[in-house]
Amino acid sequence: MSDTVRAWRHIPQRYNLMGSKCTQCGTVFFPQRIICPECRRKGQLEDLKLKGEGKIYTYSVITTPTDEFKEIAPYVVAIIELEEGAKVTAQIVDCDPEEVEIGDEVEMVFRRIREEGDDGVISYGFKFKLKK
Amino acid sequence: MAGIVGYGVYVPSYRIKVEEIARVWGDDPKAISRGLVVTEKSVPAPDEDTATISVEAARNAMKRAIIDPKKIGAVYVGSESHPYAVKPTATIVAEAVDAAPELTAADMEFACKAGTAGMQACMGMVDSGMIEYGLAVGADTAQGAPGDALEYTASAGGAAYVIGNKDTIADIESTYSFTTDTPDFYRREGMPYPSHGGRFTGEPAYFKHVLSAAKGMFDKMGTNASDYDYAVFHQPNGKFYLKAAKKLGFNKEQVEYGLLTPVIGNTYSGATPLGLAAILDEAKAGDRILAVSYGSGAGSDAFSITVNDKIEEKQDLAPKVQDMIKNKRYVDYAVYAKFKDKIKMA
Ligand SMILES: [Zn+2]
Repeated sequence: MSDTVRAWRHIPQRYNLMGSKCTQCGTVFFPQRIICPECRRKGQLEDLKLKGEGKIYTYSVITTPTDEFKEIAPYVVAIIELEEGAKVTAQIVDCDPEEVEIGDEVEMVFRRIREEGDDGVISYGFKFKLKK
Repeated sequence: MAGIVGYGVYVPSYRIKVEEIARVWGDDPKAISRGLVVTEKSVPAPDEDTATISVEAARNAMKRAIIDPKKIGAVYVGSESHPYAVKPTATIVAEAVDAAPELTAADMEFACKAGTAGMQACMGMVDSGMIEYGLAVGADTAQGAPGDALEYTASAGGAAYVIGNKDTIADIESTYSFTTDTPDFYRREGMPYPSHGGRFTGEPAYFKHVLSAAKGMFDKMGTNASDYDYAVFHQPNGKFYLKAAKKLGFNKEQVEYGLLTPVIGNTYSGATPLGLAAILDEAKAGDRILAVSYGSGAGSDAFSITVNDKIEEKQDLAPKVQDMIKNKRYVDYAVYAKFKDKIKMA
């Protein structure tokens, strides 16, 4: 599967944080799942559009990235615990790495994720920024 | 006529001061700042472009519109800095506000007035019954060549409008446009930066079209400057804006809310839509607004708008223009050049 096709398939997830919720036990999953690992066949998963608000669970500062992300280094990548319970990994934008702390409230923003050179497809999707 | 159901804005948080740019090129910062009436401008982050700005503005407009996104029948994005030469920004916006797939979408191009052209297209489609709601966005990440006068003002930002005829917060009484073939500012395919006609951009271009569109609207509506509580015009710099306002008979109080270029720069297609949004943030029921865009090439779209009593319940549902202006962090010229891809990397 080419990168272009993979990025395209992930549009609902990357643009709109589309996750799933188990109607049996209430667990929220991101990315989407087909079966609930707890309830198995008893569970049923439905689409849930996550609000995009949460807290920083943990983070790390990337100072020596691959060439592709050299332009934005140093930058922060965090695991975010969403209000609905699921966790996502994303870059924290528009901040100095020193400003970021565990527990900080963050909200989803829409940004460029990567581009395949100057003549390739541009992938867009969620990142997060500190709430003020 | 159709009206505004919701509006939303986005301005990137990075800023560079005019004096910092002047320092690099050896210009006199005070003379530049006074001459253009601009003190600083917004700078997009490396991962921001016209599509991301349009999406943020559109999502904020949807927070105020409070409608089912699937009821949007048309999405138009006006810009002169679409990220792709071929592949519409409007498709990205439509998907990101969850309005796709049952709708028509297209990118608009008319220098800095493509956003208002999209608003007019939506108005026509709503009034004809072809669609229930339309979403029109004006956004840009403007580029000025390093060292060119445009570099002091070319900035980034955008605003989005949900147009419909139910539950409006402001009603568009009339729209009037004035268009001629005038080569004041242009960019040929494949060229990174635009060319402009220096002094030619003033009288025969900006002033002729903005003033003609405003006067045409006055004649059409039987109004004059004193009938409006607020007015906003396209603003390549603060100087042109204030001069146009004065020539039309507006006083400082009527035009100051819509003037954003001194603190965020010229957001091109975003400029008039953002200025109008700044007025809507402050407006009260019954206020009357004149908005006139300008796009090089050249043309102006004028709108005569009356705010209604639903405005107050919608104003606080999304960030205001002043919130976006206050949320800022400065960069120096070196970081700015890196962000704007003006440095060739190994
Ligand atoms: Zn379950």
